[in-house]
Amino acid sequence: MSSTIEIRQQEIISEFEMFSDWMQKYEYIIELGKELPLIATALKTDELLIKGCQSKVWLHASDASDGCLHFTADSDAIITKGLVALVVRVFDGEKPEDILQTDLHFVKAIGLHEHLSPTRSNGLAGMIQQIKNYALAYQLKQKQ
Amino acid sequence: MDIHSIAEPFDLQKLRRQIPLMSSHANGHPLVYFDNAATTQKPLELLESLNNYYQFHNANIHRGAHYLANLATEQFEDSRVAMAKWLNASEAAEIIFTSGTTESINLVAFSWGQQYLKPGDEIVLSTTEHHSNIVPWQMAAERSGAAIRVIPVDDNGIWDLTNLQTLITAKTKMVAVQHVSNALGTIQPIEQVIAAARAAGAHVLIDGAQAIGHFRVDVQALDCDFYAFSAHKMYGPTGLGVLYGKRSLLDAMPPYKGGGEMIKTVTFEKTTYNELPHKFEAGTPDIAGVIALHASLNFMQQTGIEAISTQEEVLRKKMQTTLQSIDGVELFGDVDNKVPIFSFVLDGIHPYDIGTLLDKQGVAVRTGHHCTEPLWSRLKVPGTVRASLALYNTEQEIDLFANALRKALTMLR
Repeated sequence: MSSTIEIRQQEIISEFEMFSDWMQKYEYIIELGKELPLIATALKTDELLIKGCQSKVWLHASDASDGCLHFTADSDAIITKGLVALVVRVFDGEKPEDILQTDLHFVKAIGLHEHLSPTRSNGLAGMIQQIKNYALAYQLKQKQ
Repeated sequence: MDIHSIAEPFDLQKLRRQIPLMSSHANGHPLVYFDNAATTQKPLELLESLNNYYQFHNANIHRGAHYLANLATEQFEDSRVAMAKWLNASEAAEIIFTSGTTESINLVAFSWGQQYLKPGDEIVLSTTEHHSNIVPWQMAAERSGAAIRVIPVDDNGIWDLTNLQTLITAKTKMVAVQHVSNALGTIQPIEQVIAAARAAGAHVLIDGAQAIGHFRVDVQALDCDFYAFSAHKMYGPTGLGVLYGKRSLLDAMPPYKGGGEMIKTVTFEKTTYNELPHKFEAGTPDIAGVIALHASLNFMQQTGIEAISTQEEVLRKKMQTTLQSIDGVELFGDVDNKVPIFSFVLDGIHPYDIGTLLDKQGVAVRTGHHCTEPLWSRLKVPGTVRASLALYNTEQEIDLFANALRKALTMLR
């Protein structure tokens, strides 16, 4: 696992340790959701849509010349969007092989594991899977 | 004696003590369970009945020549008789046990459809239908070459019957519509639709999933051909449903599933089928569930169906006024003639966000499209928050809900 990915996960865990109750935690997530740079409207296509039953997530991936992947993402629900922002923060600018090896343990550590449950169907679990799919596809492309 | 009511004076606190889940907690708060349209909570009587069956009476029914099998069969059939009385069906054989409303509708769409539908025929549905009263008919239409027509809905979620004469015609073979909207709670004018279907010589199926737990349903007074619902929305067990059907139609329909129980004789050349209701109940049924459903009926009978309706009307009024008083709430199906189901959105806020923050405060609601996508595309909303109340909810819980909703709004705005 890349050390930066792990450092970022630890950073998020420490940030959340400061909150004493659920309200502060969710207020912070909502804030993150509001701050997340919007995905370009042109990119909010069905092709980039990860459709949950509850909320939608759009994910766009691009690769830089240094072989790293960059992500922008959006959601129609602000809480999902805040969680999306955290996931993007962990994976953005990382190498495909590091992304593929990552165990995204911070979500459970900050007590938001329920949002990753497939039964929640908010698009978040699908988004993480999609990030890994992009990483795998990019890795295969590099090898060719 | 009135089958629907041997009620004592209504005592809400006593009633709540009969529902163990009413005293539980969620996310550190006393649970406010406002997701009753999804499933109702269960009375102790039901739980005891389930336990009793497995502990003392467990046996397969209708075949064993022994004490336990006879006892289980008797209790199973007693439940069918009780259900027939509850619905005022002509006879117990008109009650078919299924796995739920969805299977009841699929049974009719498949079996009735096979017998009665041909190319050029029409099936009439409505815009407010649950997907489970749409998709089985689309499948039946595909198999038979029949077409589907749709009763439109007004802005309040009530059917617009202005052009009913042109919708239900001599071509119509089936009108399959809901009694109460699962998404909005609105009680639909099914009497008018049934009359129009009768006049056109069409058959009628009513999806009663959201009606059966709330008010008296009399299938003979309604004069519908089929009435479908789930046990778990009337304080009963999950995985069990009922299909009421008129004998003349059920007799004419071919079996829907093949297997044990539903046959008279089997040879590899030809099988003859059993009588009603067994013809439609292939395989070992949910014996424990059917017997326990009798306990749920007793619970409703002791409370009294009129007392249930009256109590829920008190909750309906208070909840409606409460929601109307919260700034920014847009309520759908905002009419008086409804069961206590409330669908709403709050200016520009995603229902998932509201649902998540209510959940953190112990309030259980549902968010999303509630399996009625055609309705929401007509009302131009992708989804809503749905709060649905039942008999055992309290006015204090409505206040807790309102406070939780206000807090969620403060956080999200």
